[in-house]
Amino acid sequence: MLEGLLIGLQTAFSIQNLLMVIAGCLIGTFIGMLPGLGPMSIIAIMIPVAISMGDPSAALILLAGVYYGAIFGGSTSSILLNAPGVAGTVASSFDGYPMAQQGKAGKALTIAAIASFAGGTIGAILLMIFAPALSSVALIFHSAEYFALMVVGLSAIAAFAGTGQVAKAMIMTILGLIMATVGEGALFNMPRFTMGIMDLQSGFGFITLAMAMFALPEALFLVLKPKNLEGDEGQIKDLRITRSEAKAIAPVIGRQSLQGFFIGVLPGAGATIASFLGYAVERNIATKEEQEQFGKGSIKGLAAPESANNAACTGSFVPLLTLGIPGSGTTAILLGALIALNVTPGPRLMIDEPQIFWAVIMSMFIGNLVLLILNLPLIPYIAKILAVPRNYLIPFILFFTLMGAYIGQNNATELLLLVGFGICATALKFADYPLAPLLIGFILGGMMEDNFSRAMQLYDGIGFIWERPMTLGLLVIAAILVVLPSFRARRAKHRAAGVADGD
Amino acid sequence: MALDRWIALILLGVCLAYGYAAWFTMDANLAPFMRRNPIWPSTFPKVLSILGIISTTIVLLGFEKSEASEPDVDYRRLGEYHLGQALMLLVLMVIYAICLRPLGFLFSTSAFIILGAYTLGERKWHIMLPIALIAALGVWYLVQQVLGIYMRPLPGFIGV
Repeated sequence: MLEGLLIGLQTAFSIQNLLMVIAGCLIGTFIGMLPGLGPMSIIAIMIPVAISMGDPSAALILLAGVYYGAIFGGSTSSILLNAPGVAGTVASSFDGYPMAQQGKAGKALTIAAIASFAGGTIGAILLMIFAPALSSVALIFHSAEYFALMVVGLSAIAAFAGTGQVAKAMIMTILGLIMATVGEGALFNMPRFTMGIMDLQSGFGFITLAMAMFALPEALFLVLKPKNLEGDEGQIKDLRITRSEAKAIAPVIGRQSLQGFFIGVLPGAGATIASFLGYAVERNIATKEEQEQFGKGSIKGLAAPESANNAACTGSFVPLLTLGIPGSGTTAILLGALIALNVTPGPRLMIDEPQIFWAVIMSMFIGNLVLLILNLPLIPYIAKILAVPRNYLIPFILFFTLMGAYIGQNNATELLLLVGFGICATALKFADYPLAPLLIGFILGGMMEDNFSRAMQLYDGIGFIWERPMTLGLLVIAAILVVLPSFRARRAKHRAAGVADGD
Repeated sequence: MALDRWIALILLGVCLAYGYAAWFTMDANLAPFMRRNPIWPSTFPKVLSILGIISTTIVLLGFEKSEASEPDVDYRRLGEYHLGQALMLLVLMVIYAICLRPLGFLFSTSAFIILGAYTLGERKWHIMLPIALIAALGVWYLVQQVLGIYMRPLPGFIGV
């Protein structure tokens, strides 16, 4: 491990990679602050840039920086404007915005910055401990287990990612898998489902799909219904927090960093769930007087979601780096970028290319430090960015999505596909279909079919499911994950008839 | 019928067509030696088509009751939003896609940004023009010179 650390330090401290961390954090923070643009759109837009750099460590460092920078930046707009930039920081506005209204915006931003820093750093330490352990376990996995693991991952995403509607999330996952089968697979050497169209021979473009699923609908939603940005234009001063306040939030930050990390590791449960759960847990275990404060500007209520969402962000890298299975839309995009750079994340990553793995972890420490330094003194100025006129912002977002799709394929038909998919995605978003499962299914589809086919060939048929107990166990877990939420929802409906919801 | 069930109906159609191809037409020209394989190119799609048909049917028939959530943008009140602007921007994107090659990158891009901003209600030409030109030139420089991807800068009848 020490050796790995040194390799990581060496790679992460090269001039190029340091610049990447700083650039990623800056871009992420700025765009994350803009309400309505989530980390997935930003990363989708950044992918062509990252891929064309050619160096997988640098690309992953840049994209990871954008990711946690966006979560960090989202908290600024949550606190100052009550308009969360990303879903993972919605819970931060519960107490952050009341604090800002009471004229304590500076203090709120400081607490958010410190809590995020602590969450991110503790998360990175945990990642350093758990990822190697998990990946050595994963090395004994067989293609049958990999297949089953992907089924578990996809079912977990379907079960948790949607707004409680498992069937819709299931449809989107399966649609993604179906789209992944279009084109010429490596395994069979024959084109499938291309309907004779030459352009479909190589399948759908991953970047095009990512842009169409996330960036375009978000931009169109911003056009349709402009978010109200009437914020408190008051002076941001008094960034200091007192010693007693620091003492009050320290245990909260510690607890929520741990909890957030482990929630982030679970597939389907990302920064958003971690932050809401962190907020709820801290409210429940607080004393009576403190509970009164929650929702009215409690420092604990702000520190909890802030550390939880950053830790969860880091936690979501565990399944990506050790199993090669993304647990969220954002990590799915990262996986796609890595595959495009000829790196296959998985248990062999740490053995074959340790510099990538360790450099990313090291860059997380640097990145969190950069964000802390960046945010504490510059907060008042950064807040001015929020006044970027939307008249320019939206054409530029659209232009960058077009450019990304074009650079990836160098093909103008790809742009028409992008617009077409974007319109479909917007319609799906209107109807409350979650979009992330589609992209995750699309990215995992190829790998899943490969592992499935390998297992089928080795066991000469479907027998691997019952001949390998671990595979069977995983598939049973997957089935439970899909069935349980609808069962629970049905029971909750019966119960809700008379009793009020306890939150 | 609500929008989500209409979409489920469409997707059910997609799954049925996909399933038909997987079950009945795909295996016709499979090489004889491949038929001895336990896995065919159509095996995985067959499984997917069944799962897809089941899950779309669940949504279509409304087996899974959804709580009425408060959506960010409600499609039932689409008329109250800036629908015209959104449609206009989509049209602009299509025009951009068609014009990018024949008219060159610089012209198409600056026109796209200017018209996009105009659609959204911007009228300050003295800001719009320089921003669009600088952005177009800057991105072209980055893509062409730094990333090394060729993009035709000028219309076909002027330069290369």
